[in-house]
Amino acid sequence: MKIRGVIGTAALAWALALGFSARAHVAAALEPAPQATKPAPQAPAPSNDDCLACHDDASMKRANGTPVYVSKDAFAASVHAPINCVDCHADLAHTAEFPHPEKLAKVDCSSCHADQVAQYKQSTHALARTRGNSVAARCADCHGLHDIRGSKDPQSRTYHLNIAATCAKCHGSHDVIVRGKIAIGDVATPFSDSIHGRALSRSGLLVAPTCSDCHGAHDILQKSDPKSRVALANVPATCGKCHEGIEHQFEGSVHASFLAKGSNGAPACQTCHTPHAIQRAENADWQLSVVNQCGSCHTDKLKTYRDTFHGQVTKLGFRAVATCADCHGNHAILPASDPRSPISPANRLQTCRKCHTTATANFVKYDPHADKHDRKRNPFLYFTARFMQILLTGTFGFFGLHTLLWTMRTTRRNGKGGGHASAD
Amino acid sequence: MPPQIEIAGGRHIQRFDRFDRVLHGFLMLSFLGLATTGLPLLFGDAPWASRLARGFGGFYVTHRLHRLFATILIAVFLTHIGRLLERVILKKDYSIFWGPSSMVPQPRDITEMYRHLRWFVGLGDRPKFDRYAYWEKFDYWAVFWGMGIIGGSGLMLWFPELFSHLVPGWFFNIALLVHGEEALLAVGFIFTIHFFNSHLRPEKFPMDMVIFTGRVDEKELREERPSEYARLVANPVNPPRYVRTPSDRLWVAGRIIGTTAVVIGLTLVVMILAALLRY
Repeated sequence: MKIRGVIGTAALAWALALGFSARAHVAAALEPAPQATKPAPQAPAPSNDDCLACHDDASMKRANGTPVYVSKDAFAASVHAPINCVDCHADLAHTAEFPHPEKLAKVDCSSCHADQVAQYKQSTHALARTRGNSVAARCADCHGLHDIRGSKDPQSRTYHLNIAATCAKCHGSHDVIVRGKIAIGDVATPFSDSIHGRALSRSGLLVAPTCSDCHGAHDILQKSDPKSRVALANVPATCGKCHEGIEHQFEGSVHASFLAKGSNGAPACQTCHTPHAIQRAENADWQLSVVNQCGSCHTDKLKTYRDTFHGQVTKLGFRAVATCADCHGNHAILPASDPRSPISPANRLQTCRKCHTTATANFVKYDPHADKHDRKRNPFLYFTARFMQILLTGTFGFFGLHTLLWTMRTTRRNGKGGGHASAD
Repeated sequence: MPPQIEIAGGRHIQRFDRFDRVLHGFLMLSFLGLATTGLPLLFGDAPWASRLARGFGGFYVTHRLHRLFATILIAVFLTHIGRLLERVILKKDYSIFWGPSSMVPQPRDITEMYRHLRWFVGLGDRPKFDRYAYWEKFDYWAVFWGMGIIGGSGLMLWFPELFSHLVPGWFFNIALLVHGEEALLAVGFIFTIHFFNSHLRPEKFPMDMVIFTGRVDEKELREERPSEYARLVANPVNPPRYVRTPSDRLWVAGRIIGTTAVVIGLTLVVMILAALLRY
């Protein structure tokens, strides 16, 4: 936990530094000094009022008919209200002629927000852009243009309770998903139905995680990138930011040790809980679906479980009996050889008694994964199964033939129109 | 066979008393109930399984209905045993152990089966059956064995904690396997072989009403079971019990009950086959 503390302190220091530097930028912009330092021959920069004289007029249009409108009120309410238009539209800083050319240079947010833009440039959004993806998000897609508000402002696109909707503009849009070739598809819909999505949208909980809590904001990386917060090996730590107690439980599990080794198919949180459609742990349908999830790796165990009463009832869609987790535990799953495991020989009786309250030591000799094909593990079951097979085949075989011959005999007799065959 | 005398139609002979018919009715009810509430568990993969279980009202209702029908069937079984004991102990009637009115397999059953099979393929005459033919005895013992095995394993699964004082836990693994496989055997046998032998074969089609009316047409008895008929008419001590033709009400009630049972049974067979063929 020492390492976590160090990382946390470093992150805090970094965040503070970022805040101060941003403030310093704004402060610099507020000072009249830049004007004073400008070389004399150049024309004075147009003030915001100069710009808004035209741009606050909704009827003003470009040659192609699109409006040039910038709402004075929206800008005044924005986080950028204290700075000048030309601080962003720097290529107009020395323009004396109006109207200025329609085509302006791209606004470079990094002149103030250098760190965020540097992070963005490493992100999957920026990388997609460089690969020719024309729909990947840029600053304005998430933050807006002239009406950008601080992320603490409840009306901001990046306010905690609004982020999911902001991301959903693309990640819930069929058109963008197709054009952007977003492999995971629509994640906004499952998220909105998830326990996290509901906590945000229905309960309005600021403590509930939104997209950026797991994926980051400017530095979003693909899960295939080992540095990504949602790379398989990093998922427990990402979820553990909130579910710290669970992370500690998971850390000691057999699954976590496989995950640490980088074993193929080792599960992290989202393997069972799904990444975006996370349900309440009490949700019976989800609990039943996890059985199949466990079985996607433990195929032989699922097969033998399905042959038991427990497995038959859950297959039918009822949560009335034991599923994997009821016996094996959930986050801190350990092999039976580990004395702490609920299925270790010493703990088994206690585990069975969770449901079968009056179970005895004899009861625990039940095999919850008995295999009728395994002669070594379940000899009596094996031979009983063989016997039943012979009994069923023999009975149906003999009487099937008996029935067939009888039918043929009677129909033939009736066909001849003859009477009873007692012609003795 | 003695020279045949024409018998006026409509004269009936009593074959099953009311007690046996009512008992068979409860047997039908509980068996159909157990099959419909139990099969979904055995074929959980089939689309009808979950729908059927939910149709009953979910797991708890289906589960309890299964145990209710099981209780009825156990009561039927015990009543039957009680009647047998009554005949032996109180009435000193030992005919249930041997002879033509006994269900015990006897040498004549082997020879009759052999001759019946020969008759199927056109060799020789049809055997002259007595009161119970070999396939009827098989039906009886299959159900008897089935009740013991399915009932015993079912009780084990019903009260595992209790039974674990007597047997090790792995008995429940075997109990579940046996319960399911035997149930499949019983359901498959009753709804195909028994239905055919007793009702659906061309001579009986669409159904033999004797289990509902208790009476068999004299002419039919003479043709079907010549040995029994000859024995009955030749016996001055115990002559055949001639009775009236079954009333319309009894006949119609029997037809409705019988048809319902056959339809449910055959539907379940189709559902089982559909589930088996999916693999």
